[in-house]
Amino acid sequence: MATQTASLPAASKADAEASEVSYKSHKGKTTRLYAGLALIVIWGLAPFYWMVVTAFRDVGFTFDTTPWPTHVTLDNFRTAFSTDRGNFFGQALLHSVVIGVLTTLVAMIVGVFAAYALSRLQFRGKYLVLGFILGASMFPGVALVSPLFSLFSSLGWLTGANYQALIIPNISFALPLTVYTLTAFFAEMPWELEESARMDGCTPGQAFRKIMLPLAAPGIFTTAILAFISSWNEFLLSSQFSTKDTQPVTVAIANFAGAQPHQEPYTAVMAAGTIVTIPLIIMVLIFQRAIVSGLTAGGVKG
Amino acid sequence: MSTITETPAVAGRSDKPPKLKKGGLNAGEGRRGLMLVAPTLLLLAVVIVYPLVKAVIMSFQKDAGLDPASGLFVEGGPAGLSNYSHWLLQRCATADGGTVSCPPGNSGSQFYSALGVTLFFTVFAVLLETLLGLWFATIMNRDFKGRGLVRAAILVPWAIPTAVTAKLWYFIFAFDGIANRLLGGLGISPQLWTSDPTAAKFAVIIADTWKTAPFMALLILAGLQLVGADVYEAAAIDGASKWQVFTRITLPIIKVPLMVAVLFRTLDTLRIFDLPYILTGGSGGTTTLSMLVVSQIRAGFNSASALSTIIKVIIALAAFLFITFGADVVPKPPRAPARKKGPRRGGAQPTDATDATDATAGTVASSLTTPGA
Repeated sequence: MATQTASLPAASKADAEASEVSYKSHKGKTTRLYAGLALIVIWGLAPFYWMVVTAFRDVGFTFDTTPWPTHVTLDNFRTAFSTDRGNFFGQALLHSVVIGVLTTLVAMIVGVFAAYALSRLQFRGKYLVLGFILGASMFPGVALVSPLFSLFSSLGWLTGANYQALIIPNISFALPLTVYTLTAFFAEMPWELEESARMDGCTPGQAFRKIMLPLAAPGIFTTAILAFISSWNEFLLSSQFSTKDTQPVTVAIANFAGAQPHQEPYTAVMAAGTIVTIPLIIMVLIFQRAIVSGLTAGGVKG
Repeated sequence: MSTITETPAVAGRSDKPPKLKKGGLNAGEGRRGLMLVAPTLLLLAVVIVYPLVKAVIMSFQKDAGLDPASGLFVEGGPAGLSNYSHWLLQRCATADGGTVSCPPGNSGSQFYSALGVTLFFTVFAVLLETLLGLWFATIMNRDFKGRGLVRAAILVPWAIPTAVTAKLWYFIFAFDGIANRLLGGLGISPQLWTSDPTAAKFAVIIADTWKTAPFMALLILAGLQLVGADVYEAAAIDGASKWQVFTRITLPIIKVPLMVAVLFRTLDTLRIFDLPYILTGGSGGTTTLSMLVVSQIRAGFNSASALSTIIKVIIALAAFLFITFGADVVPKPPRAPARKKGPRRGGAQPTDATDATDATAGTVASSLTTPGA
């Protein structure tokens, strides 16, 4: 508990609150609590664990049900990256990074100004704009497919390396997400500092850049990670608008071909899935901490 | 969180005189605000409003192809409502220019089955996710060691891309896979999880619930932590039963975050695509509305547009029903004196507290939609 208190102040505050709630707990209750917690951990990790164990298991023992790693091999990772069967997983990883980074950059650069205005300024139509952005985040992706498909095919974007055919549709969900998350972060920041800076003679731009931007950095970072993950995980639009030269990992994994037609290369797919997921899990752990620091980064409180 | 920032911010702003003066610190705030949101609005107009309007226009056009009446290739032309009747009334064009009921196997005749299975997934998956999420959240709301581990474990299903989730469960549900082995241990005969009409639907619901119930739990947990310990103490002193505490105290307090979470999960499941597309490929009657649109695109943009317009209407209707019946997600202008002095720069500014609450609901909402439908 002591180490957690140091790194996660907000979580420890919740702990303290929770400990007061459970002041009546006794032995039987504690056992039930830890049984429940074990169930939650198993729920979250068991299928993921099975994917990783299978990824390291020899292809001849695909359906081995020994719960711990057996017949350990790295062959599946080699198969995943091999291009012999027409799978271009390595390139797909690269495509996903390019699409994710560019989508995130565009959404952040455009969204940060809108979020600032929505959280700080009063202007006509502000709530209409907020409502519109919320509505945009509810918009079904499949509704973009037919109009954009006909537009992109007439522009000739559905062949070759046209990354914009994937980045533009991704903006439709990444930008509303960015604006909403940033607006929430900005609304909780100590804006008195900006007011003081402006009293001291800063222009609005200077006050934002020199005072508020460093304070907003954790929130901006967290939002960028969320936008990147959303783009990295996208499948529907990518499956329609990507070509061999732009195919992201989600599409590559879904279409992974085995040695023979109609033979699912389970172990290689599990290896590919592990490669795609591990960086995300590392990022999510960082992003959790960033949210906590983002909320507690306040300079002045009264 | 809003309570922390509320007091200083309101105090700091309300006693600041220059706000009321023309040419003061806040001169041109309205214009600046609009300039700052303009790029976002412009981009969203391109990626959302344009496709939205174009899809509606396309849905009233004929698809290019062989005209059944003349046998000649036609470029399209106005179609009236025929694209909609193709789906809703399952009328297909005939050689003599009239219409007949679409033959079985035609995309039009799959509409009601796709609508039915989409609604089935939505009702059962969201119900299961909400109940499990509530249960997980009440467990996690206690005092225990290893909170970090539990939080990390619960975020894993959320972080895995849906395409990978689908492949993972495709492996678990393989005929020789672990699911059938475990069931065999219980004496249940192996199931064809990815093609049997009953089992395939369960497979999709199980995989979807696995992925989203934990995140639902985290959102509900955030709501639960709004309930102070003193409230529970008071209830305990008054002799309230566990059930009474849950229904009279906990539920009313977490109602708003819960409704927001349920709303967004409902809208997500109504447009579900990735999971059934990869897990079952639509076999066993698991073709959802979104999958039907995608399979129709190569047959004709315009009839596909009509179907996607129908989906948009269904989703808008669901959102409207939720918002009418209590999901407080739509950002509203703060009530009361703000409007008195004209819309541009009112005498009283809305408090930060209102903004913060609205925006927090938004974060909950937008982070929920992150993993993709």
